[in-house]
Amino acid sequence: MGQGLLQIGLTLCIVIAITPVLGRYIARVFLGERTILDRVMNPIERSVYVISGVRPKDEMTGWQYIRAILYTNLFMGILVYSLIYFQRLLPWNPNGLGVPSWDIVLHTVISFVTNTDQQHYAGETTLSYFSQVAALGFLMFTSAATGLAVGIAFIRGLTGRKLGNFYVDLTRGITRILLPISVIGAIALVLLGVPQTIGETLTITTLEGGTQYIARGPVASFEMIKMLGENGGGFFAANSAHPFENPNGLTNLIETIAMIAIPAAMIYTYGVFAKNIKQAWLLFWMVFIVFVILVWVAAGGELQGNPLVNGTLGIEQPNLEGKEVRFGWAETALWAVMTTATMCGAVNGMHDSLMPQGLFATLFNLFLQIIWGGQGTGTAYLFIYLILTVFLTGLMVGRTPEIFGRKIEKREIVLASLILLIHPIVVLIPSAIALAYPFSLSGISNPSFHGISQVVYEYASASANNGSGLEGLTDNSLWWNLSTSLSILTGRYVPIIAMLLLADSMSRKQTVPQTPGTLKTDSLIFTTVTAGIVLILGVLTFFPVLALGPIAEGFKLASGS
Amino acid sequence: MRSPSRLPHETRDSRQRTPKTDMRGLYQRAIKESFVKLHPKIAVRNPVMFIVWVGTIVTFLVTLNPNLFGTVQANINQQRLLNGLITLILFFTVLFANFAEAVAEGRGKAQADSLKATRSDTIAWKVLPNGSLEKIGSTQLRRGDVIKVVANDMIPGDGEVIQGIGSVDESAITGESAPVLKQPGTDIASSVTGGTRLLSDELIIRITADPGQGFIDRMISLVEGAERSKTPNEIALTVLLAVLTQVFLIVVATMPSFVNYIANFISTAFGAEAANSLRAGASIAILISLLVALIPTTIGGLLSAIGIAGMDRVAQFNVIATSGRAVEACGDINSLVLDKTGTITFGNRMADEFIPVNSYTVEDVARIAKLASLFDETPEGKSIVKLAEKYKILADVNLNQAEGVEFSAKTRMSGTNLPNGKQVRKGAVDAIKGFIRSRGGSIPSDVDVAYERVSLLGGTPLAVCQDNEIFGVIYLKDIVKSGLRERFEQLRRMGVKTIMLTGDNHITASVIAQEAGVDDFIAEATPEDKIDVIRNEQSQGKLVAMTGDGTNDAPALAQANVGLAMNSGTQAAKEAANMVDLDSDPTKLIDLVTIGKQLLITRGALTTFSIANDIAKYFAILPTIFGAAGIGALNIMGLKSAQSAIISALIYNALIIPALIPLALQGVKFRSLTADQLLRRNIFIYGLGGIIAPFIAIKLIDVILPFS
Repeated sequence: MGQGLLQIGLTLCIVIAITPVLGRYIARVFLGERTILDRVMNPIERSVYVISGVRPKDEMTGWQYIRAILYTNLFMGILVYSLIYFQRLLPWNPNGLGVPSWDIVLHTVISFVTNTDQQHYAGETTLSYFSQVAALGFLMFTSAATGLAVGIAFIRGLTGRKLGNFYVDLTRGITRILLPISVIGAIALVLLGVPQTIGETLTITTLEGGTQYIARGPVASFEMIKMLGENGGGFFAANSAHPFENPNGLTNLIETIAMIAIPAAMIYTYGVFAKNIKQAWLLFWMVFIVFVILVWVAAGGELQGNPLVNGTLGIEQPNLEGKEVRFGWAETALWAVMTTATMCGAVNGMHDSLMPQGLFATLFNLFLQIIWGGQGTGTAYLFIYLILTVFLTGLMVGRTPEIFGRKIEKREIVLASLILLIHPIVVLIPSAIALAYPFSLSGISNPSFHGISQVVYEYASASANNGSGLEGLTDNSLWWNLSTSLSILTGRYVPIIAMLLLADSMSRKQTVPQTPGTLKTDSLIFTTVTAGIVLILGVLTFFPVLALGPIAEGFKLASGS
Repeated sequence: MRSPSRLPHETRDSRQRTPKTDMRGLYQRAIKESFVKLHPKIAVRNPVMFIVWVGTIVTFLVTLNPNLFGTVQANINQQRLLNGLITLILFFTVLFANFAEAVAEGRGKAQADSLKATRSDTIAWKVLPNGSLEKIGSTQLRRGDVIKVVANDMIPGDGEVIQGIGSVDESAITGESAPVLKQPGTDIASSVTGGTRLLSDELIIRITADPGQGFIDRMISLVEGAERSKTPNEIALTVLLAVLTQVFLIVVATMPSFVNYIANFISTAFGAEAANSLRAGASIAILISLLVALIPTTIGGLLSAIGIAGMDRVAQFNVIATSGRAVEACGDINSLVLDKTGTITFGNRMADEFIPVNSYTVEDVARIAKLASLFDETPEGKSIVKLAEKYKILADVNLNQAEGVEFSAKTRMSGTNLPNGKQVRKGAVDAIKGFIRSRGGSIPSDVDVAYERVSLLGGTPLAVCQDNEIFGVIYLKDIVKSGLRERFEQLRRMGVKTIMLTGDNHITASVIAQEAGVDDFIAEATPEDKIDVIRNEQSQGKLVAMTGDGTNDAPALAQANVGLAMNSGTQAAKEAANMVDLDSDPTKLIDLVTIGKQLLITRGALTTFSIANDIAKYFAILPTIFGAAGIGALNIMGLKSAQSAIISALIYNALIIPALIPLALQGVKFRSLTADQLLRRNIFIYGLGGIIAPFIAIKLIDVILPFS
């Protein structure tokens, strides 16, 4: 137990330490200040702009930024769809993999374009190395950079700046942040034993004389951007539980840190943009505390173990079902909470085997979307909640609500409300439909309360652009592929559009100077109130499904039946 | 009537005009209105309560036929009773919300009636074509009427002088306390403004504008509230409340599928009875109950009452707002632009000191000054007599034998011809000098020293003389209203900056500014400067409030975010402003800021309270209706049963609306604290209180209810 807590504690300490460093660096990149990579990257970026005809000085309005995102994403989606569809004709297909069905390709492409990376297929037996690395790997960079750009544009608008230029933000996000860190990380992973090869699947004769196929490929490069960009789509079906993706404790640590680094740092980046580091830290600690509580809930459940198993065997064991023994209960619980918190979606154990406490914590993250939250968008969601809190409670200081000196009026509330409304719509409604036809549609492997968790998790993961799954669902079916695609698309683009329009309208507002009569949003009391509003607006919506899912399952287990 | 003598430290309550309405009649009308408001066309304006109303109708239908939406497994009569109870409580919830709005509206109407009754009416003497005079109310004056005004009368309306010459006190409009000479012919000098006062002589005036009567009437109809439009903040809040309602609608609408799925499983694992109990928890009446408990009915039901009551509180101050938007804007004000005269200082200067010259003593000056003021009925004259009495000066003159010389615009002095033939005069220093020279007297050099001294202090010097000898100079001082310093200090704490505007010179202005404790001042300001000051503040993103009454204030009143016109002011000013003070007391602007803030705080407090309530309601209802799913342990309140829990939560939900009506109508008590202190205090009371209160109340109701 002590060792497990030490592992969790050490990881969290590293997170706290790198947040200000990376946060400041991201801010410098997007504020256009000088950074260490200028000498290498400036010429590259300039040629990219020239080739693509982008005028980097052109500022975009809200709608221009939105259109730029939608068009590039659509273009990339069509491109990658074709690449996978014609993978048989393309290079790097040593295993000669054929054409997957149209709905699985569609779901996969939508899933990777949106930074969701929900996988209804097994990577090593469906996609060629080219499809994995060139097609999906490409989307892993661009989808992460898109999220980052949205977050930055949102912060710019909120702090009264122009939104910027999407193409520039996309490019700089890749060249200055995602690519350099991925290269360093991939090299480290290779050194620690992760394969990087385009050789075909090995066929081995085992000691017993049987034949074993060992899938491999250019894993290390894929792995790093998978974690850093909150993509989470594994090279292998087993994702980071696979020994080639995540061979040992050290790679696990690197991948964990890579997963949380950018979402945590973005809060600090906000602080630099707003010149209010104090508020950044307050928000950081607010999220951090909720995060630690959720880790504690999940890890506590795993440490306690399954009372039915322990009771039958007469032992005191942590829950090791669905875990890689090399990581154990602590690193798996931390990972599970973190991967749902950051919308990464990579897994290093079987989430279906988590104790109900773990299910509660992971679902909680997927419902809230702000306990760190997705790449870039998580911070934007956090500020949407902040805006709603100001609107609901700010009146109590005797002024109409204003945040950062800008009045919150009907337009902002309509947009923020839309963001608040969309998640329950695309999670609860399809879940209800799927559960109404448990056999024909949902294909639940584990009925009862757990079945509710399985279905709701799948849609929440889709809508929140997380991509992890409890698995256990027969999810490579037409129903699942199409319905989750719809949740993914709506859960990704509607909030992005609303966020950018909101940022745009905030940036155009005249600021009211701060006086002693103005509500200060960077105080401890206000941050506490924000946490309360987040819980009421974000969690109470999903309280019935939490009650009928993991909570009921937990009570059932505790009662020993 | 201008009443500059009103003191700002008078308590609010003493100034408030409490409507003497028949409270029983008010409530009876409100109860009747509550039913009228059930009409779908009216009900749909409030989306939150409309959902409750629709829910009531559905639960009524399932009371008539519990099997309407699928067969119910439970005892049909029990189910009918439960559904009936739910219907009844929901119906009352809607009625309570309607009642809150109706009471607020009723109070507004009563207020408007009392305003109409008490509105003061200036008297005017209309010159009839045959030359005779007719006494009529100023409200009956029409454009083109010719009237006669004599000294000390209020000029009843805007007009043009066609005959006579006289000095008019226009300090109400221009802020300049020196009287202005009015005579026919010239452009500016011939126009007079309603609400100004003729100080000397008499004038024949042709009225050029219909009086403010119709305008005030229009405003009163606004107070009555029939055509009230929602304020921007109210609209935004309504949007958010509607969205929260939709979110919970989705939550509740999807629940049957989840419950049914679990029930199917439970029926195989634990038997049909447990499954049926779970399904009963998702029956239509219970789902509607859960929905009504979760949607923000408390604030939804009280929102419009809070807005109407805010307008009403303003009206109780005898101020009429043209819109709720203006009242809301009062809370947001960053800068107050205040005229010095009448707002910060009393409109008239008071004698503060006698300065002897020419080797006379203070007592000598006091005696002459008093003699010269015996017949002077102006506040200045009275203040001279009062100050003289401090020196125990007795006016040993038989008043019947003395003769008063009135101030006129030509001579610019007034005084008394004493029985012994001596003439005492007081007046502007150069006018007195002329008086003395004309009688062959000499001017001692220390007169100019005294003159300089008074001017440097920001005062007005008046010389006093007897025949051809100057005795001294009276120091007339602007007196800052008491209590203003503290008010400005409070405003500063709330983040409101005060800017004083005056036509006085820089020295005078700075003296007064320092004494009153304003943050900033503009001296030698013309009316045009007002609008510049406002624009300048607004360009920094600030919201500005100002008062004004002159025609030349109209553009500034229109430019300001909150423009408070004096009822005594001109038509143009009142049209341009968004509020009119019927008492014409400019210091009320400060009170309006607090009323605006109070309105916003009340709205915010009840919103926070309403939303915080959801936690307890969830914990009351969910664990009991899903008890069969094994989550009974979440029933931390230990409620008796699902029925009891639902009825208790709904009763609480309904009763909290009438319980909060007094708070909604009176407003949260306002304290002049900083934003941080206010937030901490209100979050503690309405946020934390909103979480805890329903836990206690629902548990109590559950204990009292006779359910098993």
